[in-house]
Amino acid sequence: MAGSSFLFGLEEQVDSFALLIAVLLISSGYFYLGTRSSRTVRAAGARLHSLPHYYGLFAGLVAALPALSLLAILAIGDDIVFNKLALGFIPADVKAGENYKEVIVLAQIYNVVNGINFGEQPDWVYAAAEAWHGWEDTSRLLKNVTVLALSLLGGMFAYRMVNPAFRSRNAVERIVMTILAASSAIAILTTIGIVFSVIFESMRFFALVPVSEFLFGTTWNPQFEGAERAGSGQMGLATYGSVPLFVGTFLISVVALSVSVPVGLFSAIYLSEYATPRVRSLVKPLMELLAGVPTVVYGFFAALTVAPFIRSTGMSLGLDVASESALAAGLVMGIMIIPFVSSLSDDVINAVPQALRDAAYGLGSTQSETVRQVVLPAALPGIVAAILLAVSRAVGETMIVVMAAGLAANLSLNPLDAVTTVTSQIVTILVGDQEFESAKTLSAFALALTLIVITLGLNFMALQIVKKYREQYE
Amino acid sequence: MEMQVMNAPSKQDLEVSHVPAETVGNIFTDHPRMTARNVNVYYGDKQAIDNVTLDIAEKQVIAFIGPSGCGKSTFLRCLNRMNDTIDICRIEGEIALDGYNIYAPDVDVVPLRARVGMVFQKPNPFPKSIYDNVAYGPRIHGLASSRDELDDIVESSLERAGLWAEVRDRLQQPGTGLSGGQQQRLCIARAIAVSPEVILMDEPCSALDPIATARIEELIDELSSQFTIVIVTHSMQQAARVSQRTAYFHLGKLVEVGNTEQVFTNPEHEMTQNYITGRFG
Repeated sequence: MAGSSFLFGLEEQVDSFALLIAVLLISSGYFYLGTRSSRTVRAAGARLHSLPHYYGLFAGLVAALPALSLLAILAIGDDIVFNKLALGFIPADVKAGENYKEVIVLAQIYNVVNGINFGEQPDWVYAAAEAWHGWEDTSRLLKNVTVLALSLLGGMFAYRMVNPAFRSRNAVERIVMTILAASSAIAILTTIGIVFSVIFESMRFFALVPVSEFLFGTTWNPQFEGAERAGSGQMGLATYGSVPLFVGTFLISVVALSVSVPVGLFSAIYLSEYATPRVRSLVKPLMELLAGVPTVVYGFFAALTVAPFIRSTGMSLGLDVASESALAAGLVMGIMIIPFVSSLSDDVINAVPQALRDAAYGLGSTQSETVRQVVLPAALPGIVAAILLAVSRAVGETMIVVMAAGLAANLSLNPLDAVTTVTSQIVTILVGDQEFESAKTLSAFALALTLIVITLGLNFMALQIVKKYREQYE
Repeated sequence: MEMQVMNAPSKQDLEVSHVPAETVGNIFTDHPRMTARNVNVYYGDKQAIDNVTLDIAEKQVIAFIGPSGCGKSTFLRCLNRMNDTIDICRIEGEIALDGYNIYAPDVDVVPLRARVGMVFQKPNPFPKSIYDNVAYGPRIHGLASSRDELDDIVESSLERAGLWAEVRDRLQQPGTGLSGGQQQRLCIARAIAVSPEVILMDEPCSALDPIATARIEELIDELSSQFTIVIVTHSMQQAARVSQRTAYFHLGKLVEVGNTEQVFTNPEHEMTQNYITGRFG
């Protein structure tokens, strides 16, 4: 049964793939036709507005692009239509039932459609599945016909426009611009989609837990969900005060940045201003190697090497150090971020025109005066961008924290204590099977939302700072 | 020799047979500020300057002319050791400022460059305010002990560069917002703010329009009463207009030096004549 469902899915994919190939073939056919026919027109002595291959390109693009967009829309859209249709099969008494949930019923039908059977289903489920198969056949036929027709008609339309007066070069330029704009729209729409999905889940969370408790509460203890009934722990109450998590994130990020920003920036200055080409060609790839180490490995390093070292050093100094400390996680995270800071800063420092350095040297500046007073101010916007990237890496880093700083949500600004961060809490909350109606699960989304808002705010602030202090060259 | 004058010489001839072993004209002057003796410059294996000996007279403008790649800019950059920033560049011989070899091991380039200032081909103001551009040199060399003194230096430098009237009301605006000609005058003001003794100018007008060029040329003329000026130029008219002495470089050699008038009206060397009459270059 499972095998047939696999084949079924595969069949559908092969189907779409064949359709894609067909559209591309039609498109290249029109490209050939358009080019040839415009050559013929030109050979007959007419003055074409554009070169022949622009007429071919125009015909080919018009044959391919609308058809492919339609294919994409239909592929996404048919499931939505089927769901609506399937709802019609549900008997009224089931709908009126106490535990009725649309999603669950649809899942029942969907399973049967895909040949996955859990026990015996009611008759109407089988009926719906049967119908579903029928719709799929219809939809496939419809899809094939409309897509191929659109491709052929579009190409024909464009092909008929091959005449000396038609400005095909300008038309192709417009199409290219549209494709580029659509690509950037995808990135923006995805971001908006992510933000909204987080907002909706967060609203469900805030229906259960007051916003003020979440934002200003100082105890984070979601583990006792349901413990009220068991009559144990925290006086039986789960608490969702997120302050310790954000303080922990802040603490670890500060430690990480105070390692990575100076070290990264200084090594970038050394590499771009002082090092000989030989040293540079050796050191730069080595530093970038650091960026390629998986964060889990950094996690090992933090938990097994750095944390015990800090603990024993701290003990010999008479300090009380937790075996999993913010300092250990922050230090290792800082090392991880060094290549990001140094590589980006190196690029922007190299982009500062040599003429500015010459001017400074020509006035009798020393090398470090030139760097401090001329090169760095000119490179400032790029350096701030590099630091911002470092901040977002530090705030978003999860694995090192999970492994080296622990999961105890202590409210502390002491880097020797064990703390936890927002992202590692989100991971622990969402790992494993979850009940989506519980405040514990939903709190992950509220945390994510707050994190997004904070990082957006940081970005905005940094942009303002750059705008105010940037020194415009060229 | 006779034959070559009759027929325009081919490039090959010029490269091989006509580069003189000795410079013609007067390489020495009575009151030299800077002296170069048997200077050779190499970029890696390539020799860029071949055995150049030359005096640079005090409070005079000397122009270096010659075709592209002849070494005139390289030689200019030797005079304040700007070539030090190029790793593969190696210099032999002696260049002295007021009798002291600037390539001696104990010489510090920082005060040297304060004494021998430089203006570059393309205007290169710092991306700072007009005021900070001019104040940059005095600040790093500690020339002003108070804010008022610094203000005075900035004002007088801008004044002498002929820019004060145009920028006095917008000293805090960025220097990069000025026009090309104004930027170059700002760079000159920045150079003279540290009171150098010699100012090196590397084709200072090549990025400017004729009107801005005329202003800079006037300015060079005025400044020559206070400073020793060395200017590299591709424009022979400019050399003729602003300089008292002219040196003609070809393929790394100094071919001829003399009073500008004499070099342009009655050059001693055939190659100089070919160049200034526009036969090549």
